[in-house]
Amino acid sequence: MAKSNKPIIWGTFAAGGELVSLIMPVLILLTLLAATGHVPAIFGYEKLHAFAAGWFGKLAIFVVLFLSLWSQAHRLRITCFDFGLRADGLVAFVMYILAALGSVATVVYLARI
Amino acid sequence: MSDNRLAARQIELEVLRYNPETDQEPKFQNYSVPCINEWCVLDALNYLKDNLDPTLAYRWSCHMQVCGSCGMMINGEPKLACKAMLRDYPDTIRIEPLNHFPIERDLVTVADDFIAKLKRVKPYIIPGEKRVPTEGEYKQTPAQLKRYRQFAMCINCMLCYAACPEYGLQPKFIGPAAISLAHRYNIDSRDGGRDERQEEIATDEGVWECTFVGACSEVCPKHVDPAAALQQVKAASTVDWYLEHFMSWVKK
Repeated sequence: MAKSNKPIIWGTFAAGGELVSLIMPVLILLTLLAATGHVPAIFGYEKLHAFAAGWFGKLAIFVVLFLSLWSQAHRLRITCFDFGLRADGLVAFVMYILAALGSVATVVYLARI
Repeated sequence: MSDNRLAARQIELEVLRYNPETDQEPKFQNYSVPCINEWCVLDALNYLKDNLDPTLAYRWSCHMQVCGSCGMMINGEPKLACKAMLRDYPDTIRIEPLNHFPIERDLVTVADDFIAKLKRVKPYIIPGEKRVPTEGEYKQTPAQLKRYRQFAMCINCMLCYAACPEYGLQPKFIGPAAISLAHRYNIDSRDGGRDERQEEIATDEGVWECTFVGACSEVCPKHVDPAAALQQVKAASTVDWYLEHFMSWVKK
Protein backbone atom coordinates (compact mmCIF):
# COMPACT_ATOMS: atom_id res chain seq x y z
CA MET A 1 0.00 0.00 0.00
CA ALA A 2 1.40 3.33 -1.07
CA LYS A 3 1.91 6.11 1.39
CA SER A 4 -0.79 8.76 1.28
CA ASN A 5 -0.48 12.26 -0.15
CA LYS A 6 -3.03 13.57 2.35
CA PRO A 7 -0.28 15.29 4.40
CA ILE A 8 -0.47 18.21 1.91
CA ILE A 9 -4.12 18.82 2.73
CA TRP A 10 -3.98 17.88 6.39
CA GLY A 11 -0.70 19.73 7.00
CA THR A 12 -2.10 23.04 5.79
CA PHE A 13 -5.38 22.43 7.63
CA ALA A 14 -3.56 21.62 10.88
CA ALA A 15 -1.18 24.57 10.49
CA GLY A 16 -4.16 26.89 9.85
CA GLY A 17 -5.93 25.50 12.91
CA GLU A 18 -2.90 26.21 15.09
CA LEU A 19 -2.60 29.74 13.71
CA VAL A 20 -6.29 30.47 14.27
CA SER A 21 -6.24 29.23 17.84
CA LEU A 22 -2.88 30.67 18.92
CA ILE A 23 -1.90 33.63 16.73
CA MET A 24 -5.00 35.10 15.12
CA PRO A 25 -6.64 36.37 18.33
CA VAL A 26 -3.41 38.19 19.22
CA LEU A 27 -3.09 39.67 15.72
CA ILE A 28 -6.72 40.82 15.68
CA LEU A 29 -6.37 42.51 19.07
CA LEU A 30 -3.01 44.01 18.16
CA THR A 31 -4.13 45.51 14.85
CA LEU A 32 -7.32 46.80 16.47
CA LEU A 33 -5.34 48.53 19.23
CA ALA A 34 -2.75 49.78 16.72
CA ALA A 35 -5.50 51.25 14.53
CA THR A 36 -6.90 53.17 17.50
CA GLY A 37 -3.45 54.19 18.77
CA HIS A 38 -3.61 52.32 22.10
CA VAL A 39 -0.29 50.47 21.83
CA PRO A 40 3.31 51.10 22.96
CA ALA A 41 5.52 52.78 20.38
CA ILE A 42 7.09 49.52 19.22
CA PHE A 43 3.69 48.32 17.95
CA GLY A 44 2.68 51.74 16.64
CA TYR A 45 0.79 52.05 13.36
CA GLU A 46 3.89 53.24 11.45
CA LYS A 47 5.98 50.32 12.72
CA LEU A 48 3.35 47.75 11.74
CA HIS A 49 2.84 49.47 8.39
CA ALA A 50 6.57 49.30 7.73
CA PHE A 51 6.56 45.59 8.63
CA ALA A 52 3.69 44.93 6.23
CA ALA A 53 5.49 46.88 3.48
CA GLY A 54 8.56 44.64 3.49
CA TRP A 55 8.60 41.41 1.50
CA PHE A 56 9.05 39.28 4.63
CA GLY A 57 6.09 40.95 6.33
CA LYS A 58 3.94 40.49 3.23
CA LEU A 59 4.84 36.84 2.99
CA ALA A 60 4.17 36.25 6.70
CA ILE A 61 0.79 38.02 6.58
CA PHE A 62 -0.21 36.12 3.45
CA VAL A 63 0.76 32.73 4.91
CA VAL A 64 -1.11 33.44 8.17
CA LEU A 65 -4.27 34.61 6.39
CA PHE A 66 -4.25 31.98 3.66
CA LEU A 67 -3.78 29.06 6.07
CA SER A 68 -6.37 30.44 8.51
CA LEU A 69 -8.97 30.97 5.78
CA TRP A 70 -8.38 27.54 4.26
CA SER A 71 -8.58 25.68 7.58
CA GLN A 72 -11.67 27.56 8.74
CA ALA A 73 -13.42 27.04 5.41
CA HIS A 74 -12.81 23.32 5.81
CA ARG A 75 -13.90 23.42 9.46
CA LEU A 76 -17.13 25.28 8.64
CA ARG A 77 -17.84 22.79 5.89
CA ILE A 78 -17.55 19.88 8.36
CA THR A 79 -19.57 21.81 10.95
CA CYS A 80 -22.39 22.33 8.43
CA PHE A 81 -22.38 18.59 7.76
CA ASP A 82 -22.53 17.83 11.48
CA PHE A 83 -25.46 20.22 11.91
CA GLY A 84 -27.39 18.33 9.27
CA LEU A 85 -26.70 20.48 6.20
CA ARG A 86 -25.89 17.54 3.96
CA ALA A 87 -25.51 19.37 0.62
CA ASP A 88 -21.78 18.86 1.05
CA GLY A 89 -20.77 19.66 -2.53
CA LEU A 90 -22.52 23.05 -2.47
CA VAL A 91 -21.29 23.90 1.04
CA ALA A 92 -17.72 22.95 0.12
CA PHE A 93 -17.90 25.09 -3.04
CA VAL A 94 -19.18 28.15 -1.15
CA MET A 95 -16.69 27.79 1.72
CA TYR A 96 -13.62 27.24 -0.45
CA ILE A 97 -14.62 30.05 -2.83
CA LEU A 98 -14.94 32.41 0.16
CA ALA A 99 -11.50 31.32 1.40
CA ALA A 100 -10.03 31.76 -2.09
CA LEU A 101 -11.59 35.22 -2.42
CA GLY A 102 -10.17 36.17 0.96
CA SER A 103 -6.73 34.96 -0.10
CA VAL A 104 -6.89 36.91 -3.38
CA ALA A 105 -8.05 40.00 -1.49
CA THR A 106 -5.06 39.56 0.85
CA VAL A 107 -2.68 39.51 -2.13
CA VAL A 108 -4.32 42.59 -3.65
CA TYR A 109 -4.20 44.59 -0.42
CA LEU A 110 -0.65 43.52 0.33
CA ALA A 111 0.44 44.50 -3.19
CA ARG A 112 -0.99 48.00 -2.66
CA ILE A 113 0.98 48.68 0.54
CA MET B 1 -19.46 -0.26 63.19
CA SER B 2 -20.83 0.47 59.76
CA ASP B 3 -23.26 -1.86 58.04
CA ASN B 4 -21.25 -3.88 55.52
CA ARG B 5 -24.13 -5.96 54.20
CA LEU B 6 -24.33 -5.70 50.46
CA ALA B 7 -27.52 -4.46 48.85
CA ALA B 8 -29.51 -6.99 46.85
CA ARG B 9 -30.97 -5.77 43.59
CA GLN B 10 -33.09 -7.36 40.86
CA ILE B 11 -31.70 -6.47 37.42
CA GLU B 12 -33.45 -7.03 34.11
CA LEU B 13 -30.86 -8.00 31.51
CA GLU B 14 -31.82 -7.67 27.84
CA VAL B 15 -29.21 -9.80 26.13
CA LEU B 16 -28.79 -10.09 22.37
CA ARG B 17 -28.75 -13.79 21.49
CA TYR B 18 -27.63 -15.35 18.24
CA ASN B 19 -26.97 -18.97 17.43
CA PRO B 20 -25.66 -19.24 13.85
CA GLU B 21 -26.87 -22.84 13.60
CA THR B 22 -30.52 -22.15 14.36
CA ASP B 23 -31.24 -18.40 14.21
CA GLN B 24 -31.99 -16.36 11.09
CA GLU B 25 -31.03 -13.16 12.91
CA PRO B 26 -30.05 -12.00 16.41
CA LYS B 27 -32.84 -11.21 18.86
CA PHE B 28 -33.09 -10.04 22.44
CA GLN B 29 -33.80 -12.37 25.31
CA ASN B 30 -34.76 -10.99 28.72
CA TYR B 31 -33.61 -12.33 32.07
CA SER B 32 -34.40 -11.22 35.58
CA VAL B 33 -31.18 -11.67 37.55
CA PRO B 34 -30.84 -11.39 41.34
CA CYS B 35 -27.75 -9.22 41.79
CA ILE B 36 -25.82 -7.38 44.41
CA ASN B 37 -25.42 -3.67 43.81
CA GLU B 38 -21.64 -3.87 44.21
CA TRP B 39 -21.33 -6.36 41.35
CA CYS B 40 -20.17 -5.52 37.87
CA VAL B 41 -22.11 -6.50 34.74
CA LEU B 42 -19.80 -9.49 34.25
CA ASP B 43 -20.82 -10.84 37.68
CA ALA B 44 -24.46 -10.59 36.62
CA LEU B 45 -23.68 -12.47 33.38
CA ASN B 46 -21.78 -15.16 35.29
CA TYR B 47 -24.73 -15.59 37.68
CA LEU B 48 -27.04 -15.79 34.67
CA LYS B 49 -24.94 -18.46 32.99
CA ASP B 50 -24.40 -20.50 36.17
CA ASN B 51 -28.01 -20.42 37.37
CA LEU B 52 -30.46 -19.36 34.67
CA ASP B 53 -29.23 -20.17 31.17
CA PRO B 54 -26.01 -22.14 30.58
CA THR B 55 -26.31 -21.70 26.80
CA LEU B 56 -25.31 -18.02 26.88
CA ALA B 57 -21.92 -17.45 25.20
CA TYR B 58 -19.58 -14.56 26.06
CA ARG B 59 -15.86 -14.09 26.50
CA TRP B 60 -14.14 -13.24 29.74
CA SER B 61 -10.99 -14.22 31.53
CA CYS B 62 -9.44 -12.01 34.22
CA HIS B 63 -12.35 -10.09 35.77
CA MET B 64 -9.90 -7.25 36.55
CA GLN B 65 -9.59 -5.05 33.45
CA VAL B 66 -6.35 -6.62 32.29
CA CYS B 67 -7.19 -9.28 29.69
CA GLY B 68 -9.48 -7.17 27.51
CA SER B 69 -11.78 -10.02 26.48
CA CYS B 70 -15.14 -9.02 28.02
CA GLY B 71 -15.77 -5.98 25.81
CA MET B 72 -19.46 -5.58 24.90
CA MET B 73 -22.06 -2.91 24.28
CA ILE B 74 -23.70 -2.07 27.60
CA ASN B 75 -26.67 0.25 27.21
CA GLY B 76 -25.32 1.18 23.80
CA GLU B 77 -21.78 2.02 24.91
CA PRO B 78 -18.67 -0.11 24.42
CA LYS B 79 -17.54 -1.19 27.89
CA LEU B 80 -15.58 -3.91 29.62
CA ALA B 81 -18.25 -5.92 31.45
CA CYS B 82 -15.84 -6.22 34.39
CA LYS B 83 -15.47 -2.44 34.61
CA ALA B 84 -19.18 -1.58 34.23
CA MET B 85 -20.47 -1.46 37.82
CA LEU B 86 -24.16 -2.20 38.40
CA ARG B 87 -24.42 0.75 40.81
CA ASP B 88 -23.90 3.05 37.79
CA TYR B 89 -26.81 1.52 35.84
CA PRO B 90 -30.61 1.53 36.02
CA ASP B 91 -32.54 -1.67 36.78
CA THR B 92 -32.78 -2.60 33.10
CA ILE B 93 -29.51 -3.10 31.23
CA ARG B 94 -29.23 -3.90 27.54
CA ILE B 95 -26.22 -6.02 26.56
CA GLU B 96 -25.10 -6.53 22.97
CA PRO B 97 -21.92 -7.74 21.27
CA LEU B 98 -19.36 -5.10 20.28
CA ASN B 99 -20.46 -2.86 17.40
CA HIS B 100 -18.78 -3.14 13.99
CA PHE B 101 -17.74 -6.78 14.43
CA PRO B 102 -19.53 -9.86 13.06
CA ILE B 103 -21.26 -11.96 15.72
CA GLU B 104 -19.87 -15.44 16.20
CA ARG B 105 -22.45 -16.45 18.81
CA ASP B 106 -24.43 -14.41 21.36
CA LEU B 107 -22.01 -11.82 22.80
CA VAL B 108 -18.93 -13.36 21.17
CA THR B 109 -17.64 -11.44 18.15
CA VAL B 110 -15.23 -12.42 15.39
CA ALA B 111 -12.00 -10.50 15.99
CA ASP B 112 -10.10 -11.75 12.91
CA ASP B 113 -10.11 -8.34 11.21
CA PHE B 114 -8.49 -6.63 14.19
CA ILE B 115 -5.93 -9.41 14.69
CA ALA B 116 -4.91 -9.22 11.02
CA LYS B 117 -4.47 -5.44 11.28
CA LEU B 118 -2.49 -5.80 14.47
CA LYS B 119 -0.07 -8.16 12.71
CA ARG B 120 0.32 -5.76 9.80
CA VAL B 121 1.61 -2.91 11.98
CA LYS B 122 4.32 -5.08 13.63
CA PRO B 123 3.58 -4.21 17.26
CA TYR B 124 6.88 -5.42 18.68
CA ILE B 125 10.41 -4.07 18.99
CA ILE B 126 12.41 -4.24 15.78
CA PRO B 127 15.85 -3.47 17.22
CA GLY B 128 17.52 -0.41 15.72
CA GLU B 129 20.93 -1.60 16.81
CA LYS B 130 21.54 -5.34 16.63
CA ARG B 131 23.16 -6.67 19.79
CA VAL B 132 23.90 -10.09 21.19
CA PRO B 133 22.93 -10.91 24.80
CA THR B 134 26.55 -10.74 25.98
CA GLU B 135 26.64 -7.06 25.06
CA GLY B 136 24.13 -6.38 27.81
CA GLU B 137 20.62 -4.98 27.95
CA TYR B 138 19.13 -2.15 25.90
CA LYS B 139 19.13 0.79 28.28
CA GLN B 140 16.35 3.35 28.45
CA THR B 141 15.96 6.48 30.57
CA PRO B 142 12.74 7.22 32.49
CA ALA B 143 12.13 10.13 30.09
CA GLN B 144 12.38 7.80 27.09
CA LEU B 145 9.97 5.38 28.76
CA LYS B 146 7.52 8.17 29.52
CA ARG B 147 7.19 9.06 25.83
CA TYR B 148 5.41 5.83 24.93
CA ARG B 149 4.27 4.32 28.25
CA GLN B 150 0.67 5.53 27.97
CA PHE B 151 0.31 3.95 24.51
CA ALA B 152 1.75 0.67 25.82
CA MET B 153 -1.22 0.28 28.19
CA CYS B 154 -3.46 -1.04 25.38
CA ILE B 155 -5.04 -4.42 26.17
CA ASN B 156 -6.48 -5.04 22.67
CA CYS B 157 -10.06 -5.00 23.98
CA MET B 158 -11.35 -3.42 20.74
CA LEU B 159 -13.72 -1.01 22.51
CA CYS B 160 -12.17 1.78 20.42
CA TYR B 161 -13.13 -0.05 17.20
CA ALA B 162 -16.71 -0.44 18.43
CA ALA B 163 -16.80 3.30 19.24
CA CYS B 164 -15.14 4.58 16.06
CA PRO B 165 -17.75 5.76 13.51
CA GLU B 166 -15.04 5.89 10.87
CA TYR B 167 -14.27 2.19 11.30
CA GLY B 168 -18.01 1.50 11.01
CA LEU B 169 -18.09 3.32 7.67
CA GLN B 170 -14.72 2.14 6.33
CA PRO B 171 -13.94 -1.37 7.57
CA LYS B 172 -10.53 -1.19 5.84
CA PHE B 173 -9.42 1.53 8.28
CA ILE B 174 -6.54 0.07 10.31
CA GLY B 175 -8.13 1.71 13.32
CA PRO B 176 -7.29 3.28 16.69
CA ALA B 177 -5.66 0.48 18.72
CA ALA B 178 -3.44 -0.93 15.95
CA ILE B 179 -2.16 2.51 14.91
CA SER B 180 -1.63 3.52 18.56
CA LEU B 181 0.44 0.38 19.11
CA ALA B 182 2.47 1.05 15.96
CA HIS B 183 3.10 4.52 17.37
CA ARG B 184 4.05 3.06 20.75
CA TYR B 185 6.92 1.14 19.10
CA ASN B 186 7.80 3.94 16.66
CA ILE B 187 8.62 6.28 19.55
CA ASP B 188 10.45 3.65 21.62
CA SER B 189 14.15 4.57 21.87
CA ARG B 190 15.17 0.91 21.38
CA ASP B 191 13.20 0.50 18.16
CA GLY B 192 14.35 0.93 14.57
CA GLY B 193 11.29 -0.34 12.69
CA ARG B 194 9.43 2.90 12.02
CA ASP B 195 10.02 2.88 8.25
CA GLU B 196 8.42 -0.57 7.98
CA ARG B 197 5.40 0.43 10.04
CA GLN B 198 4.94 3.72 8.18
CA GLU B 199 4.43 1.70 4.99
CA GLU B 200 1.24 0.39 6.63
CA ILE B 201 -0.01 3.28 8.73
CA ALA B 202 0.96 6.39 6.71
CA THR B 203 -1.55 5.30 4.08
CA ASP B 204 -5.09 6.23 3.05
CA GLU B 205 -6.54 3.28 4.95
CA GLY B 206 -4.13 3.90 7.81
CA VAL B 207 -3.96 7.03 9.91
CA TRP B 208 -5.40 9.27 7.16
CA GLU B 209 -8.79 7.60 7.40
CA CYS B 210 -9.08 9.07 10.92
CA THR B 211 -11.19 12.23 11.14
CA PHE B 212 -10.37 12.86 14.81
CA VAL B 213 -13.83 12.12 16.21
CA GLY B 214 -12.17 11.18 19.50
CA ALA B 215 -14.69 8.50 20.56
CA CYS B 216 -11.82 5.98 20.86
CA SER B 217 -10.24 7.99 23.67
CA GLU B 218 -13.56 8.40 25.48
CA VAL B 219 -14.24 4.67 25.70
CA CYS B 220 -10.67 3.42 26.26
CA PRO B 221 -10.68 1.62 29.64
CA LYS B 222 -6.90 1.98 30.02
CA HIS B 223 -6.63 5.71 29.20
CA VAL B 224 -4.39 5.05 26.22
CA ASP B 225 -5.87 8.08 24.41
CA PRO B 226 -5.64 6.57 20.90
CA ALA B 227 -6.89 9.81 19.33
CA ALA B 228 -3.77 11.59 20.63
CA ALA B 229 -1.55 8.81 19.27
CA LEU B 230 -3.15 9.11 15.82
CA GLN B 231 -2.76 12.90 15.81
CA GLN B 232 0.93 12.48 16.65
CA VAL B 233 1.26 9.95 13.82
CA LYS B 234 -0.40 12.42 11.42
CA ALA B 235 1.99 15.21 12.41
CA ALA B 236 5.07 12.96 12.11
CA SER B 237 3.85 11.53 8.78
CA THR B 238 3.35 15.05 7.44
CA VAL B 239 6.94 15.95 8.32
CA ASP B 240 8.00 12.70 6.58
CA TRP B 241 6.05 13.63 3.46
CA TYR B 242 7.78 16.98 3.09
CA LEU B 243 11.19 15.45 3.80
CA GLU B 244 10.63 12.66 1.26
CA HIS B 245 9.36 14.98 -1.48
CA PHE B 246 11.49 18.10 -1.04
CA MET B 247 14.46 17.19 1.13
CA SER B 248 15.16 13.56 0.37
CA TRP B 249 18.81 14.03 1.37
CA VAL B 250 17.78 14.73 5.00
CA LYS B 251 17.74 11.69 7.24
CA LYS B 252 14.45 11.19 9.09
